[in-house]
Amino acid sequence: MIDMVVIPVFKMLVVITAVLSAVAYMVLLERKVQAWVQVRLGPMRVGPHGVLQPIADVLKLITKEDVRPASADRFLFTLAPILVVVPALIVFAVVPFGTSTTMFGKEISLYITDLDIGLLYIVSVASIGLYGLILGGWASNSKYPLLSSLRASAQIVSYEVAVTMTLVSLIVTAGSLSLVEIVKAQEAHGVWYVFIQPVAFVIFVIGALAETNRAPFDLPEAEQELVGGFHTEYSGMRFALFFLAEYTNMIVVSAVGVTMFLGGWLAPFSSVSWLAWLGLVPGWVWFSLKTFLLLSLFLWIRATLPRYRYDQLMRLGWKVLIPLALVNLAVSAVLKVLL
Amino acid sequence: MSILDAYLPVVLFLLVALVVTAAMLAAAALIHPSRQNIVKSQAYECGIETTTDARDRYSVRYYLVAMLFVVFDVETVFLFPWAVILDELLLFGLIEMGIFLGILVIGYAYAWRTGALDWA
Repeated sequence: MIDMVVIPVFKMLVVITAVLSAVAYMVLLERKVQAWVQVRLGPMRVGPHGVLQPIADVLKLITKEDVRPASADRFLFTLAPILVVVPALIVFAVVPFGTSTTMFGKEISLYITDLDIGLLYIVSVASIGLYGLILGGWASNSKYPLLSSLRASAQIVSYEVAVTMTLVSLIVTAGSLSLVEIVKAQEAHGVWYVFIQPVAFVIFVIGALAETNRAPFDLPEAEQELVGGFHTEYSGMRFALFFLAEYTNMIVVSAVGVTMFLGGWLAPFSSVSWLAWLGLVPGWVWFSLKTFLLLSLFLWIRATLPRYRYDQLMRLGWKVLIPLALVNLAVSAVLKVLL
Repeated sequence: MSILDAYLPVVLFLLVALVVTAAMLAAAALIHPSRQNIVKSQAYECGIETTTDARDRYSVRYYLVAMLFVVFDVETVFLFPWAVILDELLLFGLIEMGIFLGILVIGYAYAWRTGALDWA
């Protein structure tokens, strides 16, 4: 009972708490980074240098009135934000934060479960969130949210093809779908897969930006054309759930990218003898650091690049990334068989 | 590890995530004010009165993208098991998948030529 239920549930609560606080501070960091890039200060009022701003934001969102348009579909309007958040959270079930640690004299693995089909689980569960976006836009029965959810769904499915294909070429290299096995394979190879599959990494990062509706692919939320996006009609806590899901998804794709390409919990420079002391740092610290680096890259890109036009977005997805991913897959498969 | 041991945490996580989300909504529902009125509950339309229903006709391009996505996604589902056991299939698997992907590439080239991949 304790091994089957209590410890996993404890781990889940730790993961959810960590993710929610990470999201809160991601929002602050994003505002700060944007501000610094634009030579502003960003939030400064709540606490020293605005460090308490996330708490103020949460309090405000909880106490705001929850308005539902009279013309909206009542059931789907309520369901949509839940359907966006829950898949984003449960993806973490298979993400390995490290190998294992000893706590109270018991060996505890630093992942919730290690599925043999881990990667397939991530790809399929993460796509469920898309239903939430479409339902949210449709149930609002308002023009801008509907247009935005159409854009979001077309964009996400277009890039999903290329991203899934690059993940397949990575499976060819690693020979497993389990995320724990993929990291161990990188340890055995003695090199992170970003160096073996650089093209796949580039496609993955571009696809990750597009699938999380981040700049320069934030067309579903283009304020100048679409007001606020698919959550225009949402307010209060339901709006907060959409917001939460968006940032959780960013953390998810970064965590998956770290596991697949950047060696997961492995310490860098393991082959350099005078840097061997880096291996003393716990694996989950490396994992968090790498995830943070990838997230910072997202923020940097948002502050630097202007938004794509919709036809450019579609052309990049269908005419550049998909052929590139196909060629990359073919080359990886041929090399795997010949070598 | 048995199937139950591996998948029980996934089911548990689903329940935990649902409970946490419901708790957040419930907590907000207890606190937030609720003063509805007719104007407030109208759908947003840049400040003017809502004219028509939002669920109107929209561009057929979205439908086309969805169709193409289904073709490609089903194909990648076939790729997953193939990629895992490629070290055992070796040359046989390579040729087999070459034929499979070859057919797909012909369809892709056709879609490209007919302009299905162009937006606008």
